[in-house]
Amino acid sequence: MGDVQINMISANKLQSMSTMDKIRLILDDVSKGRIVILEKGLDPREEAQLIEHTMLKIRDSQFYGIEIQSYPRSPSPWSILRRDGNRLTVIGPADRMKTVKRERDVIEAIIS
Amino acid sequence: MALLAELKESLSGWLGRVFKRKASRIGIYGPPNAGKTTLANRILMDFTGETIGAVSSIPHETRRVRRREGVTIKGDGYSVTLDIVDTPGLATKIDFHDFMSYGLAEDEAKRRAKEATEGVIEAIKWMDNLDGVLLVMDSTEDPYTQVNVTVVGNMEARRLPMLIVANKMDLPGASAERIKGAFPQHTVVPISALKGKNMELLYETIASRFG
Repeated sequence: MGDVQINMISANKLQSMSTMDKIRLILDDVSKGRIVILEKGLDPREEAQLIEHTMLKIRDSQFYGIEIQSYPRSPSPWSILRRDGNRLTVIGPADRMKTVKRERDVIEAIIS
Repeated sequence: MALLAELKESLSGWLGRVFKRKASRIGIYGPPNAGKTTLANRILMDFTGETIGAVSSIPHETRRVRRREGVTIKGDGYSVTLDIVDTPGLATKIDFHDFMSYGLAEDEAKRRAKEATEGVIEAIKWMDNLDGVLLVMDSTEDPYTQVNVTVVGNMEARRLPMLIVANKMDLPGASAERIKGAFPQHTVVPISALKGKNMELLYETIASRFG
């Protein structure tokens, strides 16, 4: 098994980035075979945009997509209003990362 | 920018309610092969006698959004008219090799993969033009997928009504409880769109949620 580079992005850095900057950073790293861990994940609209741009990259290049996992957001309406629902998110290339177990508070993934 | 977008959506939703549109536009969303088109066909067959699209065991059979306007769903004591929007399955990965394992030739598999990516993009763009969503999940599968989390998050952020349809309840290993546990803040209706099981409850819930 070759080396796997893991890039961990702090909540502070993410806060200072635009949505497109975040998406570009994620897709650039993941398409190079890296795993990206966001201390505070994307908001729902950003997630939808990430999926959209992932599809454009699949359509236009030799890329099979991403495996992305975060814990479910807190179901309380209060946390939705306060927008504090974004939780740690792991993103990797679909052909190298496979999620084996997902629960409300546990994510297990295999990287090959 | 995000605040402006939210204000625009709130205003548009408020205007829509004040000047009551003729029919709510409801999108059918979910991952590939959850049974979205089977459900759309079942609803349309029950109330219009027509279908909306072909179904297949090969994922991403639906690769373009299909709409049927003015479908009136009615039963004992309820009636609601909806525009039904059947969307391509949402995914974060599409590998043409997967289609080849279903017996498709390489060229056809690549074409299907390209069309599937465009279908996902179209489905996401449609989220901005809906009044509510039926999120269809395969009850035999793990509900904690990013696609499900993203659709639920987007509906919550837009403050739009949503109903989770726990489909394929006729299959062994199906569990609506697993889905309820994953998304406890939302109503989950267990059905089998293929067998027509529990559809009456679904129609009643659709009428009360989207009417």
